[in-house]
Amino acid sequence: MSILAYNGGAVVGMKGNGCVAIASDKRFGIQLQTIGLDFDKIFEVGPKIYMGIPGLATDTQTVNQRMKFRTNLYELKENRPVSPKVLSAMISNLLYEHRFGPYFVEPIVVGLDGNNEPYISTFDSIGCVSEPEDFVAAGTCDDQLFGMCEALWKPNMNPDELFEAVSQALVNACDRDAISGWGAKVYVIEKDKVTIRNLRTRMD
Amino acid sequence: MSSSALVPQVPSGGFNFSNYQRNVSLCASGFPAPKTTKTGTTIVGCIFGSREDIGVCLGADTRATSGNIVADKNCEKIHRIAERIYCCGAGTAADTEFTTKKIESQLELLKLNLGREVPVVVANRLIKQLLFRHQGHISAALVLGGVDNNGAHIYCIYPHGSTDRLPYATMGSGSLAAMSVFEGGWKDNMTEAEATKLVRDAIAAGITNDLGSGSNVDINIIRKNLPKPVIMRNMEIIGVKGERMGDYTYPKGTTKVLKTEVIPIKVEDEVVERMDTDQD
Amino acid sequence: MALSMMESNNRLIYNDAGQGPVQHQFSPYTDNGGSIVAIGGPGFAIIASDTRLTSGFAIYTREQGKLHSLTNAAVLGASGCWCDVLSLTRLIQARMKLYKHEHQKDMSAAALAQMLSTMLYGRRFFPYYVSNVIAGLDEEGNGVVYSYDPVGHCDKNMYHAGGSSGALLQPLLDSQIGLKNMAIKPTAPLTVEKALQITKDVFTSAAERDIKCGDGVIIRIITKDGIREETFKLRFD
Repeated sequence: MSILAYNGGAVVGMKGNGCVAIASDKRFGIQLQTIGLDFDKIFEVGPKIYMGIPGLATDTQTVNQRMKFRTNLYELKENRPVSPKVLSAMISNLLYEHRFGPYFVEPIVVGLDGNNEPYISTFDSIGCVSEPEDFVAAGTCDDQLFGMCEALWKPNMNPDELFEAVSQALVNACDRDAISGWGAKVYVIEKDKVTIRNLRTRMD
Repeated sequence: MSSSALVPQVPSGGFNFSNYQRNVSLCASGFPAPKTTKTGTTIVGCIFGSREDIGVCLGADTRATSGNIVADKNCEKIHRIAERIYCCGAGTAADTEFTTKKIESQLELLKLNLGREVPVVVANRLIKQLLFRHQGHISAALVLGGVDNNGAHIYCIYPHGSTDRLPYATMGSGSLAAMSVFEGGWKDNMTEAEATKLVRDAIAAGITNDLGSGSNVDINIIRKNLPKPVIMRNMEIIGVKGERMGDYTYPKGTTKVLKTEVIPIKVEDEVVERMDTDQD
Repeated sequence: MALSMMESNNRLIYNDAGQGPVQHQFSPYTDNGGSIVAIGGPGFAIIASDTRLTSGFAIYTREQGKLHSLTNAAVLGASGCWCDVLSLTRLIQARMKLYKHEHQKDMSAAALAQMLSTMLYGRRFFPYYVSNVIAGLDEEGNGVVYSYDPVGHCDKNMYHAGGSSGALLQPLLDSQIGLKNMAIKPTAPLTVEKALQITKDVFTSAAERDIKCGDGVIIRIITKDGIREETFKLRFD
């Protein structure tokens, strides 16, 4: 079993029309034993920028803290907030610095940029970025998420449709993975508000 | 950048090995390192024309894989090195991306220092020395192509740092499919149109016959008598996205929600301040 | 195609001096890919497979369906190590003939399902590397799906996805056929048309993301009137 699957967990992000969504499960486990049901894998970077970090839990938190340090320093130096694109470049650089001793995480960035255009990106554990036009998925049930998203995603979804699509993709994918699930949290980001919903899921 | 002893320093560059020991011991206790994104890839390059009308044509597919799963359906594998030097990358996606970025910045500085266009051999030398220094651990297999005052050049660069200078080259998992097209159709002094057609066919052979390659054909054409290259991103879509027959939109309220929280985003004031850019 | 000398993990090992001898292992299995989807409904059963046969990054053929019609009321879908699929299906055909001569009737779907389980478990310590799914009609003429692991564990479901794209396809079937995780559920019963459309769409989705899935889909629709076949194109890259 890969070290990426030691704690379990999954994150998915999707683009809509003038909105983006990111969702993750809430499980924290050690291999097959479930330890916690409120483990956050999604972190706020700016009012309209969120970062999801599935993978080895210790690295999830370390990478989040290192990124917090770097984004804070950027904002002090540049006197402007980070944009999603800048955040992506910074994560990519952090991960590739550790090319020969990587953090075991596969982060996802979602957000609205300066013009409120949706942005999503995903990384492998050594910082290879991809910026697709539809959706991103990472974690222990990424195969299941890809299968779900390929069918559920369509262009120009409104915030309500986007929420249903991303939630159903995550919940059904997690039900077919033994080490993801136990609750889910969905963020829908629009230009004037962020809606956070906790979902009812199977607890096994 | 200055900093106090309390604040951790922002790394100045180079690789960081702080996790290395930990990862080795995790690996030894039965938790192998994860798969990284690979560009399964078909990449090709060939020279066309002669003398003053010489040029190179580079081609690539656009699929990136992670194991048996397509990680990116439309990634860019032709990287800019200099104005008239481009480089196709196969192997570990992050390595090709960062290696070419690093060489691009080094060549730009070199160009500013020398005050003239840097020849393709220099790019080749810099890349091979970088790769050799890392003893093959940076798994980038590259097809470097460009034009300079000496003509047009294609170089094949392997992850351990060995290079070949060739009139036509292919790399990646689809290299055999692409090379069979080149061996069948390549000739001296081709026109630009002939070369483009040949490169398209070679990439298409890789896309259809190699599982690691897929989606679209990207082509770059760099000519000696033109100051700028012709970049044809997604010049042909070979793997066309399938059409769904049904609509899978869930009605509002399908998903059961336990708790909802709304964070309003209010922009109270926007101020634009003039920055003093003279400061160090 | 299965008999190849492979080094462990397919990794190249450089036999430098001082590294000691390199052990070559005989590996009797290859993975030739292939995905199967089966759906059972009131009065019908549908089973479908892709038509691509692969080995590593190469395509052997683009038109090899993985469905084997056993009787007028049961179709087997088998993918995995293709040579194992071939010998397993031949053995099944032979045992079906024996059954017919002894009992003067075709085997029922349930009997086939039990026989396959026994046959697979018979090779517990040198298994057939095959992912099997049987779709058929039960005594009342309603669809049933039996799915297996390589050593004979048998599950009876209403729908199943197996093979290389199993992980991609299964949650989608859970949602669209099983109607899982829904507060508002559609009430109309599953029709052949709807099941057929979902089957085609799940394969279209899998072909986007699974490199081993593609080229085409072959679908067999089992009803009391017999077995009807349909084909469907997928992306070929």
